[in-house]
Amino acid sequence: MFSGLMMNTWIAATIVAVIAGVTGFFAVLRGQSFAAHAIPNGAFAGAAGAGLLGLNVIWGLAVFAAGGALGIAALGRRARQDVVTALVLVLMLGLGALFLSFSTEYAEVTYSLLFGEVFGVSSNVILPIAALGIVSIALIALMYRPLLLTSALPEIADARGVSTRRMNLWYLIVMALATSMTVPVVGALLMFALMIGPAATARSFTRRPEQAIALGVAIALATVWAGIAASYRTNWPLGFFVGVIAAGFFLLGQGWTAVRRRGPARRPAPALSPVPLSRTAAWRLIRPPRTPERAVPTRVATARSGKKG
Amino acid sequence: MGHILGYIVEPGLLSSGPVRTAILVGTVVAVTSGVVGVFTVIRGQSFAGHSLADVATTGGAGAFLAGLNQFWGFLLAGVSAAAIMELIGVQRRRGRDVATGVVLGAALGTAALFLYLGTQTSSTTGASFTILFGSMFVISPDTIPALIASGLVALAVVAVLSRMLLLTSLSPELAAARGVPVRAVGAAYLTALAVAVSLSAVVIGAVLSTALLIGPAAAALRISRRPGRAMIAAAAAGTAATWLGILLAYDSSYWPPRGHGWPVSFFVVALVIAGYLLTYARLPGRRRPARGQQGEAEEAPACSPA
Amino acid sequence: MPELAEDELLRLDGIGVRLGGRQILRDVSFTVRPGEFTGLIGPNGAGKTTLLRVILGLQAPTSGRVLLNGRPRPRHAGRLIGYVPQKLVIDPDMPLRARDVVALGLDGHKPGFPLPSRSRRDLVTEALEAVGADRFADARVGELSGGEQQRVLIAHAVISRPRLLLLDEPLANLDLRSEQGIVSVLASLAREQKIAVLISAHDMNPLMRETGTVVYVAAGRAAAGRTDDVIRPEVLSALYGSPVDVIRVHGRVLVVAGDEQAHHPLETGIVTRMGGG
Repeated sequence: MFSGLMMNTWIAATIVAVIAGVTGFFAVLRGQSFAAHAIPNGAFAGAAGAGLLGLNVIWGLAVFAAGGALGIAALGRRARQDVVTALVLVLMLGLGALFLSFSTEYAEVTYSLLFGEVFGVSSNVILPIAALGIVSIALIALMYRPLLLTSALPEIADARGVSTRRMNLWYLIVMALATSMTVPVVGALLMFALMIGPAATARSFTRRPEQAIALGVAIALATVWAGIAASYRTNWPLGFFVGVIAAGFFLLGQGWTAVRRRGPARRPAPALSPVPLSRTAAWRLIRPPRTPERAVPTRVATARSGKKG
Repeated sequence: MGHILGYIVEPGLLSSGPVRTAILVGTVVAVTSGVVGVFTVIRGQSFAGHSLADVATTGGAGAFLAGLNQFWGFLLAGVSAAAIMELIGVQRRRGRDVATGVVLGAALGTAALFLYLGTQTSSTTGASFTILFGSMFVISPDTIPALIASGLVALAVVAVLSRMLLLTSLSPELAAARGVPVRAVGAAYLTALAVAVSLSAVVIGAVLSTALLIGPAAAALRISRRPGRAMIAAAAAGTAATWLGILLAYDSSYWPPRGHGWPVSFFVVALVIAGYLLTYARLPGRRRPARGQQGEAEEAPACSPA
Repeated sequence: MPELAEDELLRLDGIGVRLGGRQILRDVSFTVRPGEFTGLIGPNGAGKTTLLRVILGLQAPTSGRVLLNGRPRPRHAGRLIGYVPQKLVIDPDMPLRARDVVALGLDGHKPGFPLPSRSRRDLVTEALEAVGADRFADARVGELSGGEQQRVLIAHAVISRPRLLLLDEPLANLDLRSEQGIVSVLASLAREQKIAVLISAHDMNPLMRETGTVVYVAAGRAAAGRTDDVIRPEVLSALYGSPVDVIRVHGRVLVVAGDEQAHHPLETGIVTRMGGG
């Protein structure tokens, strides 16, 4: 199972799982599971078109994935997100149907783009996928804080001048980027399952965002590794195992959440009486800003004064 | 004039058996999908609608594999998926979306398995294509009664529940306060959706099923805020798109590249999208829905179960 | 144009907003001084949220201007103004602790990944303590009660030391205990930290102890000034355009319509409070 050819499979799948875990965290947080399904699927339609025109499928994937992301972002301003996602998806798939109807070898193309050919992955694909993975994760890390803010507290973010629209576009483009390279490897449907399931499971087990990302990646890795092993043994498609294992993990998480919430009552209610002055004494240690414009204190200055008391 | 008409309506269009079947089936699907779709859009369950279509096709592949009657496979898969989504999801939209996604992932994985096993037993090379994209022109006429029956069932459920559905969609708390069994209504609705979507997906493909479910309804809701009128408009728009799509698909066999013809799904989808985008056009005299007004079904959080 | 007073933090001059063919607000003018605790009072639908959005720059006024510190409102007064919106629905499964939400108030607008730093943690803890939220700092923010979430959001809004804090109906849907707690927190923030607080509500009574100034919005127009000067029958009748009575019972204020049609929601609020005293 760990022979030379299979090593490529393990490596490629590992990279894909890491990318899926990171991007999936935000997909679930932002309630964009549908987009996580629509963009890879739409990308597959583009690949079919590219194949038709005799181009490298990557171009078709990238163009349709990016187009889908832009379409959802642009139309999503004026209308409901899920409606727009559905329409963009069917438009891309409709075009895909058109392209595939022109081609004669559609069956294998369809199957492999939808469900992946991870066991046939060649070593010259590994490096581009890794590079793309690094780029996607870097883009997420670059905008991590504004992304988190606009995902968790969108109204407040807008009021503070952190544009939810811009972050939405940023995230969807990153998703398009991440999926366009991984779709030929693991297939459109698989990428989706790896993005959503593990991230949804992770949030049941941890309350911290950074831990949730890490745990999501770990679960994605476990899912895909177990899937490869099982698929290797049985010859059944990897997609089946990934889909079912991801669902299994998710149910575990849901069960744990149910148990946790039924547990004993946690903490007493907060103080009823007005907050005593002593509690606000800590605030006096933080030097108030000199001028109104520079309302944000430098951390160094406040830390110093904080330690005085 | 007759010359132009003759050009548009190619000879033999309406006398062709498959075309007549396609028109009949397409109309039933368009009307059912339009009506059910209005609630789907109001409730923010477009993802569920699409997922159920994909799941239904999985059921079809499985039933085909097991040698069973396909329809029961589709329905069984669709309805059980709806039940599972309802069970493991929460009433809140985000929780529901994630549950939908997970169920869809498992279902599609299973579809992969069925397709693979199918290729082992017989050479069904075109299987994945038809399952996804459907083939309106190769519907066997004996499926028509089952199709019409399922459409009527879905419409009946929606009709009976319509007032409660509206209330729970706009404000679950208010509905619960009035004694409406919110969870049960939601489950019943999802089942109706599964029934409506399953058969249409099977007959015309998962892609088309979603397009006819969401597109006309979304467009109608942009124009009219009253659900009743929106349902009529959606059914009408969907039917028009279907007829025109069939017409164009039939004509396209005379177009390049060969005598192959372009798929119906492409035309119907293109028409539905075009119709939707048209509602964004600023026509004189039509009041644009103002931003920030309550009760506008199009705008995001206001009237969906939060 | 009247001369700007030296210490005016926020000034609205003749703000008008027209939306969807309706004149929501008409010629609204008032000022807020540093550290002032002001109630933005009015019945539901009067335009309080719209007014707050204008101040935040989320809604462009069709007439009038907004001045911050004497200068026209910049595009993003992000750090100058803190905001706690109305009815924030937070997913209970969301993997964010109260502590994480407050930390986002500090640097959520900056790109990059937050590096763990002692001073950051201390600032967050201090903010949580100041609003009485330290007990549940490590709980999932989506699992907190309404009042608890309110405190967390207030901490989020004030941790970056704004000069002005806007709250949109923070007391709606809260029980009496939580209401009093929130008002106390806000009052102490205004007093200790010289943060001006503008809090919108349809019932002014929970605020009566702390507010000296009020902006009363009704029928698209506003009257602003000291509470005793504004909450008078003649002023409110002029605003509503129909006869209005002001009744004071046990230190509570009741605004009642003079005739059947203009039913004021304050009435129902008062009845439940009468028993409590």
